[in-house]
Amino acid sequence: MLAVVETKPASVEAKPVLRVEGLKAYYQMNYFGVRREVRAVDDISLTIKRNEIYGIAGESSSGKSSLIKTIAGAITPPLRVVEGSVKFDFGGKELDVYAERPAMKAARWKHLSYVMQGSMNVLNPVRKVKHAFHDFAFKHMGLSEQDFRARVESHLQRIGLDPRVLEAYPHQLSGGMRQRLTIGLATVCEPEFIIADEPTTALDVLVQQDVLALIKEVQQRLGSSIIFVTHDMTVHAAIADRIGIVYAGRLVEEGPTIDVFERPQHPYTAHLIASLPRIGDTKKRIALPGKPPNLADPPSGCRFHPRCPLAIDKCTRENPPLVPRQTGRVACWRAGEVEAA
Amino acid sequence: MLKVLRDLLVYNREFAIGFVLTVGIFLFALAHFWAPMPDSAIYLLPPDMPPSAQYWFGTTSRGQDVLWQMSSAIWNTMLFGLTVTVISRLLAVIVGMVSGYLGGRWDQFLMTINDTMIALPNIPILLLVYFVMRDSMSWPVLAATAALLGWNYDARLIRSVTLSLRNREFTRHAVFAGMSVPQILVRQHLPYVMPVIFFTAMNNLIWAIGIEVTLSVLGFSDVNRPTIGGMIYWANQHQAIIAGIWWWIAFPIIAVVLLFLGLFLLAISVNEYIDPRSRLSRMGA
Amino acid sequence: MDGFSKYLAQRLFQFFLVLFLGISLTFLITKLSPVDPVEQSVSLMTSFGATDPRAVELMREALAELYGLQGSLFEQYINFWSRIIVGDFGPSLSSFPTPVMSLIMAALPWTVGLLLQALIISWCLGNLLGALAGYYRSNMLLKLSGALVMALHPVPAYIIGLVLLLLFGFIWPILPISGGAQMNLPPSFSFDYIRSLILHGTLPALTLVLGGIGSWFISMRSLASNIVTDDHVVYAELAGVSSGKIFSQYVARNALLPQLTGLALSLGGVFGGAVITEFVYNYPGVGRLLIQGIYRGDYSLVLGVTTISIVAVAVAVLIIDLLYPLIDPRVRLG
Repeated sequence: MLAVVETKPASVEAKPVLRVEGLKAYYQMNYFGVRREVRAVDDISLTIKRNEIYGIAGESSSGKSSLIKTIAGAITPPLRVVEGSVKFDFGGKELDVYAERPAMKAARWKHLSYVMQGSMNVLNPVRKVKHAFHDFAFKHMGLSEQDFRARVESHLQRIGLDPRVLEAYPHQLSGGMRQRLTIGLATVCEPEFIIADEPTTALDVLVQQDVLALIKEVQQRLGSSIIFVTHDMTVHAAIADRIGIVYAGRLVEEGPTIDVFERPQHPYTAHLIASLPRIGDTKKRIALPGKPPNLADPPSGCRFHPRCPLAIDKCTRENPPLVPRQTGRVACWRAGEVEAA
Repeated sequence: MLKVLRDLLVYNREFAIGFVLTVGIFLFALAHFWAPMPDSAIYLLPPDMPPSAQYWFGTTSRGQDVLWQMSSAIWNTMLFGLTVTVISRLLAVIVGMVSGYLGGRWDQFLMTINDTMIALPNIPILLLVYFVMRDSMSWPVLAATAALLGWNYDARLIRSVTLSLRNREFTRHAVFAGMSVPQILVRQHLPYVMPVIFFTAMNNLIWAIGIEVTLSVLGFSDVNRPTIGGMIYWANQHQAIIAGIWWWIAFPIIAVVLLFLGLFLLAISVNEYIDPRSRLSRMGA
Repeated sequence: MDGFSKYLAQRLFQFFLVLFLGISLTFLITKLSPVDPVEQSVSLMTSFGATDPRAVELMREALAELYGLQGSLFEQYINFWSRIIVGDFGPSLSSFPTPVMSLIMAALPWTVGLLLQALIISWCLGNLLGALAGYYRSNMLLKLSGALVMALHPVPAYIIGLVLLLLFGFIWPILPISGGAQMNLPPSFSFDYIRSLILHGTLPALTLVLGGIGSWFISMRSLASNIVTDDHVVYAELAGVSSGKIFSQYVARNALLPQLTGLALSLGGVFGGAVITEFVYNYPGVGRLLIQGIYRGDYSLVLGVTTISIVAVAVAVLIIDLLYPLIDPRVRLG
């Protein structure tokens, strides 16, 4: 089904494609006199290399979705960037998402594309699919109408879609086809960077496998970098090169996928991995007590301390910094003492 | 409830303006109970007096004080509007909730009737009713007729709210607990429907007052009972515009426009407060 | 049956049901009369001086069939329908012996023309302003014009009409305030006649537009501001699609669908506004006919206009329902 094509030569540049530095993005609300500030993204720094798939994991309402929206420059009030910067490097040119809005808008889809959560509704219900391709990609390709159409058709064929879907309306397509289509839409301009927000969450397991394979295949062929968010650890295990664990708006651990899974450094990561089902494992899974903290009023010190089995006095007072450790980084006062489950 | 009112008054300018206008006009209407002369008396005062210190809003060609006429007129007009609103709310709530909760054939049947009623032109039908009844037409009968024509839009809205409540967990609990359908509707669902009723009531009141003004301006009501429309009717009968008795027609118009504005501001701000993202899906989907 | 034919069948069923129930309702209303309308009308007629016994007999017969009290209620109902179906409401009492139907047919184009232009203008303008206000939320000019049309919206047509009549008829008399066209001009396609038509139609149409625009504005603004947060709009924004294109093709286009349904649902109410406006400006449409009929006690005319209004509104609703699939592929293609 998937045509084998030449892969782009992997970029050897050492310069990362994305640099996030000290990013803080808060929901600031003032409704009927009640002021609320929710620290959804709180002081996050990370870099993503070329040709890398970076997964962001965390529970729901941990702020991972806000993080990825902030990186994409897709936030609307009441969510605002309070501090820090998000910088892309497209073909050697640096682009600051929040300082250079017009350049950012021009770069969208050409260099940076997006696969949205709940991709079922991302296509305009009253227009044919071909218009979406035209609106999104035509101006970036510099092709004649005819050549553009031919390019889109061959691109669709390569990802296993009949070009006739271009003449269809979204409601005439199945869920799996629509998801494929959005991936086709996100990759048609061969962008350097793709942001994916829960790209497989709404799909059933079989379609999920299919879509993951497709994302991986396209990424390898284009040599793009992908940052994606999902709460599903098995998805991370399947495709991520590196993963970052987000808890209560902060990055608590980051490292190569295999290391994080095998030797988690943070007690929260250890818990996430321990809760995965494994064939032949009959051990009882221990549920983490408590629930994710309220980001409008987070706990002092390390935000995980009220639920942490290893918490000590220091954890309640001082926030552990994210420091390099072994192959990755971790933010925990007792990082050395965490045991893999 | 009082806290909500206070919050709205302090933080929502539209609500504050609407509230002040509506309450002010209501108090003005209430004042007619202390009027120095009966509102039905004519040729009691010198006719056609312009506004002055003695007659603030002037007098009519029929020798009435415009100020006190207006006070009674607004009272009667509001009374008509409220009667229509109360009756039509009852109908809308019953049809909407029953239709939404029972679903299936009942829902189809009731909504078909509902949509049919929406497609009927109200004013010609009201005029026909008035024409046929003529002298046996009194304002409560007219109000009841208007109410019968004015519930269908909102029944659809209430239906869509009930429809969404039907599949909620607590409804299933209530069913298993052996509550009857009327019990579930009244005790479990009504509290959720209440805000919608309140919001639609404002709009319906505006509509009903509009109907009253329209019908009595044409003289199709008891013209001896002062109403806003009735005052304009009499002013027209006496050619007030041509005769230059502008105060007879201008003040009632200003009063009714202020009342509309007040009610309308209340309606939109209350709607915003209840549901900032309200999508009043017209098809009730 | 596919989705589209199901949609058509449903709409047609609704259309016939509206006709059936609406006309049955008018029949029932005539039964509310405390006096015998036939005898009342006939005596009114003789008091007008029409003493030709044959004419009186003709009248009595027509009236008796339309809302007569002979026979069982069911027989009366059947008689009523047989007259309605052929559109025969008998002669008008006030314009004897002109048939009611020819009076209505002469007046109907005026009303249809007035309503059509007022509806098109207010619907387009209200939706455009509303969609813009919903999409560009912080624009002051849009906020201001929105506040203005919203404040006018609850005011009944009569009040708006009266104020405009005072403004442009007395205070600043630049527009004709009575009639459909200049009295001494014969209807033709001449420049003068058309000019006079437009001038005479301006105030009535303006009344209806000012009263109608607000409700379109309000519902469109709330629809548009909801659609702005829909996935497909957010996605197009993320893709760097130009804001003009997002506004027209993604926001407005989707929001127009429920607004078209809304147009169909509002026709019954809009018609009422036209009745009053025609009365204010003495515009020669069916609304004025209806009110004159009531003042003169012309039973057949009142009944005829009410019935024809019901039919006309139902037909207009059906037309809109049939147009709807053209803009919504989900209905057209099932």
